[in-house]
Amino acid sequence: MAESITIEVRRYRPELEDEPVWQSFEVPYRDEWMVLDGLNYIKDALDGSLSYRWACRMGVCGSCGMVVNGEPVLTCATYLSSFAPGPVRVEPLQGFPVIRDLVVDLQDFVAKLKSVKPWIVRDEERPLSDGEYLQTPDELAAYKQYAMCINCLLCYSACPIFALEPTFIGPAAIALAQRYNLDSRDQGSAERMDVLSQHEGLWCCTFVGECSEVCPKHVDPAGAIQRYKVAATAEWFKSLLPWGNR
Amino acid sequence: MSQGGRLIPSEVASRKAANPRYQLYHPKWHRPRYPIFWWVDRLAYLRFITRELTSLAVGYAAVLLMVEIWTLGRGAEAYQRFSDLLGSVPVLVFHGVVLAFLLFHSVTWLNLAPKALVVRLGRRRVPDRLVLLGHYSAWLAATALVVWFLVGR
Repeated sequence: MAESITIEVRRYRPELEDEPVWQSFEVPYRDEWMVLDGLNYIKDALDGSLSYRWACRMGVCGSCGMVVNGEPVLTCATYLSSFAPGPVRVEPLQGFPVIRDLVVDLQDFVAKLKSVKPWIVRDEERPLSDGEYLQTPDELAAYKQYAMCINCLLCYSACPIFALEPTFIGPAAIALAQRYNLDSRDQGSAERMDVLSQHEGLWCCTFVGECSEVCPKHVDPAGAIQRYKVAATAEWFKSLLPWGNR
Repeated sequence: MSQGGRLIPSEVASRKAANPRYQLYHPKWHRPRYPIFWWVDRLAYLRFITRELTSLAVGYAAVLLMVEIWTLGRGAEAYQRFSDLLGSVPVLVFHGVVLAFLLFHSVTWLNLAPKALVVRLGRRRVPDRLVLLGHYSAWLAATALVVWFLVGR
């Protein structure tokens, strides 16, 4: 087995160059190393100026999403050995403006996420004396899959529609909206529908389906969007009825 | 290189020289252009584009059916001429290709149905495979009905 492996990093240093360039690094090859370990080795031993995000190293925080050999992955959960003998090409997530090296700008995503109100909306809060809002296991199961989203944005990177139509709210935000819609404690589905029934909401999605394929938590955002479309269509038909809410 | 997180003056000068358009401490995002041929990058994208393009074949088949009905309304002679045209070799070959596209579109479309259709029976979600089976059964039943109507009556 080789003692080292080449990692090619797409670097963008605005003070040095206008366009990103590829830079190669030789890092030690270890069976147990993840791609993130390789990047950390570069940062610690070869070039301290390399910039990227990471935090938990266990697939929970969603910070270390990057494109490795063309696939959006969590670098803390992807073995270097999967790409042996190399080279391993690491790029920033697609579809986002790049701030520096492998760091992308998330402000646009955060604004979109906020617009769908990913929290429990109540018309009226119950008094504390009434106790907590209880849920049955079935009620929990109805939304739990969508609650697993860690905002790693791999789904955005895999979505060509997001890259082509930057106004698209995108898979994770819609899946999280669906998570709260399906929560028995929530009463905000109509407010979310106002945002998501716009073109840049649900209807931008043409069901490429890759968002669900790359999701490390099996959230299935593509499924969430299609279910949302069915619900939005049903709402629209209901609004046409004489007793509808139009 | 730096002192307390700030670049030393000589470093500032050298970096400015490297890229004169860069203003120190002013963000300068790189916004990559998405390639026109993005859909050849991954097999999944190519499959998606093929699925979308084959919807043209679905539209063509619908228009063909309407034209056939319209021709029927114009009398037996007109319909016979139209049938002869449909029976010619180039049209048959073309319709063979259209049929392949129709089948591809139908199969890929039906396979996606369980994503949008979440069926619950009581407290349990009906497995995707059963939803698929329902769709394919309905398709087969409709096809059998048409075949029976055409040849079996």
